[in-house]
Amino acid sequence: MIQISAKNLSKSYGEGDAAVHAVSDISLEVGRGEFISIMGESGSGKSTLLSMLGALNSPSAGSYEVEELEVYKLGSDQRADFRREFIGFVFQAFHLVPYLSVIENVMLPLVTTKKSMDQKRALAQAALERVGLGGKGHRLPSQISGGEAERVAIARAIVNEPPILMADEPTGNLDSVTSKEIMSLLEELNSQGMTIIMVTHSLECAKNANRIIKIADGRVVEDTSTWTTKSEVCDCAS
Amino acid sequence: MKLKDIALLNMRRRKAKAAFSLTGLMIGVATVVTLITLFESVSHNIMHKMEKYGANIMVVPKSQNLSLSYGGISLGGVSLETQEISESDVARIHEIPTNANLAAVGPMVLGAVRVGESDVMLAGVNFEVSRTLKPWWELGEMLPREGALIVGSTAAEILSLSAGDTLEIGENNLKVDRILGPTGSQDDQIIFTDTLTAQHILGKRGKVSLIEVAALCSECPIESIISEISTNLPNTEVMAIKQVVQGRMNAMSHFENFLYGVSILVVLVGCLVVFVTMMGSVRERTREIGIFRAIGFRRSHVMHIVLFEAAVISLIAGILGYAVGIGASWLSLPLFTDGHGAALYLDPLLGGGAVLFAVLLGLVSSIYPALIASRLDPNEALRAI
Repeated sequence: MIQISAKNLSKSYGEGDAAVHAVSDISLEVGRGEFISIMGESGSGKSTLLSMLGALNSPSAGSYEVEELEVYKLGSDQRADFRREFIGFVFQAFHLVPYLSVIENVMLPLVTTKKSMDQKRALAQAALERVGLGGKGHRLPSQISGGEAERVAIARAIVNEPPILMADEPTGNLDSVTSKEIMSLLEELNSQGMTIIMVTHSLECAKNANRIIKIADGRVVEDTSTWTTKSEVCDCAS
Repeated sequence: MKLKDIALLNMRRRKAKAAFSLTGLMIGVATVVTLITLFESVSHNIMHKMEKYGANIMVVPKSQNLSLSYGGISLGGVSLETQEISESDVARIHEIPTNANLAAVGPMVLGAVRVGESDVMLAGVNFEVSRTLKPWWELGEMLPREGALIVGSTAAEILSLSAGDTLEIGENNLKVDRILGPTGSQDDQIIFTDTLTAQHILGKRGKVSLIEVAALCSECPIESIISEISTNLPNTEVMAIKQVVQGRMNAMSHFENFLYGVSILVVLVGCLVVFVTMMGSVRERTREIGIFRAIGFRRSHVMHIVLFEAAVISLIAGILGYAVGIGASWLSLPLFTDGHGAALYLDPLLGGGAVLFAVLLGLVSSIYPALIASRLDPNEALRAI
């Protein structure tokens, strides 16, 4: 079943001859529960594409629907609501709020919901336990390792059970062992039905996905939507 | 966790910035509180002192006859031999709505008497009330007994009188209680006794020639007191001793203008401090705001965080500013009142007003930074790192 449908998405910065076309005329469809890797060199447009798919960056042209909802026709507040309900973000730099404890960071997407404090705390604790950090909720981001910070970022992304998780270079700042753990975690989430779109420039990590989209100069140059097997060996540090 | 918790936790992390903002606003509030408290205290002190300068309203009979002057002030139609005011009217002055502003009401009986070869003006006054109406007499604790005289310095010289002498006025022998020092006023030429004795000598039982009133009203114009007395005493003319009243009001008005000028300046500086600090805070928190927006915070949620933070800082600044302002007023009041036991006037509304004022200022100064924060593009904010 088609969950995400992007048609002729383009994104340009600047005007006239100085215009930079970060993404040009990309169309793709993503089924529910797919695990997609978007690959490309630096500056290829993969992060720009991810930000448009994540309702963070309005396209210059094209249309974008998630579960039949025309995302960029929503107002600012509705789009914020959409991000909260539909999408969990995992950023390369973790982007944890430094003055909030681990559990408070995980609770952030729940802050604006009408759940009680106890419910919020219980959901955040459950999310932390899912990523193996059940006992570290009270720590500050400065008191945990990079791998743990990435796990906290994942816990925050999944705390309100969004149907889609978007990860931008989730292993970019991690060593090989920790990268494997993070990829395993993403696979586990995917196996539980969550759609995952991951930007990476590591082929080994990309092989964890069941579909790889390669981008160059803002265009899709390869879409392995027909692939059915995953790499059995993942050396994400390569 | 709620939005307010994020604001509070951020304040705790950025203690120095919060303290700077709080201090700026607190100084502003403290200055305004100090100025207002000093103004109120000095006003009350001045009012209190000015009451000692004597009467500022004269009540005289309506008359077309001769006018007299008293103390260099026109008394309108006072006729010594014709119309008088009924003594019962004196009580009616105390019945005016703003009677709380009446410091003293002193009826006076005037008449000419023959003493030896000279005609002298005899005035019957209430010596107790004269303490307030004529403080320059310096009557002291011991007031003259009934039937005793107080003689003006010039009159004493012409009549060769000194304290303890007996003066024959008609069939009455009256003892001179004391001689007034030179006052430079018409009092120097008058012989004073108590009202009853003067009424008896002058044959004006139950009558008074004029009524002197010392009234002060910082909140309402003196004209309203005059109007109220006129209503209660329709057969009299009530007039202000304008120079005195005008002088008093002008002095207060200048001080008030100065107060407002300084207050506005200080408040603007306070607002600027809050504005600059909040703008700096928003710029520093670009990444955080980007994260908040990316994970589903609405613009209003971001504004809520910034404004809540501003409100908390302002609330604390308001409370501390009020306390500091009162303290500063207490310390500096003696400098403005020559240190003569002036009381600090505490307006109960000022405390609440100061806190409310501080919160309003903090919020107004933070609206623009909050708007800027709420309009941050999440994608740009996260890319800016």
